[in-house]
Amino acid sequence: MIKHKILMIFGSLLLLLLFIFPLWNITLEAPQYPTPLGMDIYIGKFADMHPHDIKNINLMNHYVGMKYIPETIPEFKIFPPVIIVMVILGVLIGLKANYKWYLRWLVLMTLLGIAGMYDFYLWEHNYGHNLDPKAIMKFTNPDGSVMGFQPPLFGSKDILNFRAHSYPRFGAYAMFIGMFLTFIAYLVGKKNQKVNYK
Amino acid sequence: MKNIIKSTLLLVATSLFFIGCGNNGGKEQKKGGALENNVAEKVYVAPGEHDSHYAFISGGYSGNLTVYGLPSGRMFKEIPVFSQFPTSGYGYSEETKPMLNTSHGFIPWGDSHHPDISQTNGEIDGRFIFINENNTPRIAKIDLRTFETTEIIEVPNSAGNHSSSFVTENTEYVVAGTRFSVPVPQRDMPIKEYKGNFQGALSFISVEPEHGHMDIKFQILMPGFNYDLSHPGRGASHGWFFFSTYNTEEASTLLEVNASQNDKDFIAAVNWKKIEEYVNNGGGTMMPAEYAHNVYDEVTHTATSTMKKEVRVVNPSEVPGAVYLLPTPKSPHGCDVDPTGEYIIGNGKLSANLTVHSFTKMLDAIENKKFAGDAYGIPILNFEDVLAGSVEQPGLGPLHTEFDDKGNAYTTFFISSEVVKWKLGTWEVLDRKPTYYSVGHLTIPGGNSRKPQGKYMFAMNKITKDRYLPTGPELEHSAQLYDISGDKMELLLDFPTHGEPHYAAAMEADLIKKRSRKIYKLEENNHPYAAKSDADVKVVRKGNEVHIYMTTIRSHFSPDNIEGIKVGDKVYFHITNLEQDFDVPHGFAVIGQNTSELLIMPGQTKTSVWEPTKVGVWPFYCTDFCSALHQEMQGYIRVSPKDSPIKLSWSLDGE
Ligand SMILES: [Cu+2]
Repeated sequence: MIKHKILMIFGSLLLLLLFIFPLWNITLEAPQYPTPLGMDIYIGKFADMHPHDIKNINLMNHYVGMKYIPETIPEFKIFPPVIIVMVILGVLIGLKANYKWYLRWLVLMTLLGIAGMYDFYLWEHNYGHNLDPKAIMKFTNPDGSVMGFQPPLFGSKDILNFRAHSYPRFGAYAMFIGMFLTFIAYLVGKKNQKVNYK
Repeated sequence: MKNIIKSTLLLVATSLFFIGCGNNGGKEQKKGGALENNVAEKVYVAPGEHDSHYAFISGGYSGNLTVYGLPSGRMFKEIPVFSQFPTSGYGYSEETKPMLNTSHGFIPWGDSHHPDISQTNGEIDGRFIFINENNTPRIAKIDLRTFETTEIIEVPNSAGNHSSSFVTENTEYVVAGTRFSVPVPQRDMPIKEYKGNFQGALSFISVEPEHGHMDIKFQILMPGFNYDLSHPGRGASHGWFFFSTYNTEEASTLLEVNASQNDKDFIAAVNWKKIEEYVNNGGGTMMPAEYAHNVYDEVTHTATSTMKKEVRVVNPSEVPGAVYLLPTPKSPHGCDVDPTGEYIIGNGKLSANLTVHSFTKMLDAIENKKFAGDAYGIPILNFEDVLAGSVEQPGLGPLHTEFDDKGNAYTTFFISSEVVKWKLGTWEVLDRKPTYYSVGHLTIPGGNSRKPQGKYMFAMNKITKDRYLPTGPELEHSAQLYDISGDKMELLLDFPTHGEPHYAAAMEADLIKKRSRKIYKLEENNHPYAAKSDADVKVVRKGNEVHIYMTTIRSHFSPDNIEGIKVGDKVYFHITNLEQDFDVPHGFAVIGQNTSELLIMPGQTKTSVWEPTKVGVWPFYCTDFCSALHQEMQGYIRVSPKDSPIKLSWSLDGE
């Protein structure tokens, strides 16, 4: 088989690693937690970084009126089939289609990724701002507005006594590498085409 | 004639005492030496850093075991073992009351003496620690994952359970030797008929390898001596156990004099493998006996006490080759075996010299049947035939010996208040250092194993005097830490201990640290009254008993208001701590309770009984500062008159 086809197929198959490894991680550091609290976000679930971390995050967050992190969110039902479809599509394109389709697949995947991130941001925003009006502790920003407790979408940020970190994990890296490989496949395919013309 | 002996002995004793005091004078000449040598740095453990060693120091008359760090001397924990402990509710909560059950009923106190850590292949493995109770003979096992007492077995036919609880090199057995001989079985008889009628039981308690469950495999019924201390053989002498004896005179009155008459007492050498074989082949007889076996189950968080009805006893004269007596001067107290297993040190507390027996010579003498006679059918060997050597005039009042990893021994001297370092084989004294004051046992981490870790040694003293700020007539005892890594011992630190620091076991921290548990898993909690979520919360009446299935989490109780309780009810608060985070216990106490509060660890269930005597609305609250809203962690229980029609009701989640 031709090199670019292998790259395209391998690149899209890398997305399957999202079903094994976490996509994202949010970690909360504070002096009284020598082992920081953390939550791994998978394609279909939230998981403790260390046993009982989510329970302990919930217990802590309830002081400021945050809701308990839900067992499941609708996205967990949508993301896995979308990824499966993209993998199948990627493999089929690799096997059958012209290299131009590689780029179309990549653009679609990128759009889906951006949509996913935006959706995650909305969920985080709601989780960090939709506070219980009977919250035990209420904090306001310097401008008088109610303080939100939204963790950063990407990067690190101080929230009261905690420092929150939000970064991609291996699943996301595997996805990025996969997408990068499909891009390479596109370039290689394009180059091959030119060579063939000559 | 008797009077002459008496007065001579008294004279000797007094002169010993005065020599002891004389030696003490001028021992502190080198005050300030510590700073010159940067000794402070050697014991300084910076904030947030961990000590390199654990030390488990028995509490003597406190009945407990205290945990210290070395080299800092900081106390980390007191583990309740044989005494009720209001700090955690041990012995007060319904789950732990059975731990203190005995054939004499519930006994809320005991005096703990010799902790010893479990071993594998002669090396300390950090799984369990065993400790004896002297007064009401018992042996306890503490699980070093949770630092909780998880098993206690009573020892029948025994009294003054002192030569205990040392373990063999694969933790096959924990021994429990009786200090006081008693009538076996116990009966009403004249005390003056002691001689020939009283017996000393040496109990071999088997330890099941996986969970450490204890069971008395057999008891050897020995002559009516006092069995003072013991040590297992190791290496070549693995399979043997050695017990020091005094009162071989079998006196029953004024023992100070009458048990100090014989020039030599004995170290009893017991070939337990031989007796084990005899027992496995059906040897020995089952004798009626009553003793409690108490086991704490970590899954139900509950102890159960079972009363056992019989015990297997062995008459040593019926197992030829199993027991021999090694003459040892004079009223030996300590009985210590060096890491190679060759030397058996008998510290005659009234003797001027230290006596060291050779295991090889002992086997040789047995082989050649060189016996000096027998005592109740047990062969006595010749002193000269088994003697490896003696340390001449090392000090006054030798008690206990421990060993380093370089072939040296360290012996404590009670009367001259010092530790003396000497060399095994050459028997020469290498160094001596004062202790403040009246030292009993000493410990080297890894002691009683084939691999002592010869960096630190600490001595445990009976008298504290001027070492710390005075606290009235009663002072805590003290321990002293020495660096023994060099040629000379160096005093590093002096720290107070709780209760009587009788003996200690110590080891490198890593083995225990990495196995230590942080929480109890809620999903593994099988307590019959556990409420694992607020859905399980309920209040149930059974006649005049009321069972409250309650949960705690930062910062509330569920339920928090309870009504329908009546005067004369027996109210059981079964409280489950729903936390699953390290070091977040919750407490519980209710007004007018005549037990203690409870301290409930994450994932654990504990039960407290309350018998209200007065009508009213009574508060209960969390006793452990658990969170920012700890002060709000409270509830009320309404108590109505006996004939009140008020039905049981309770509030949940503010509803
Ligand atoms: Cu609390």
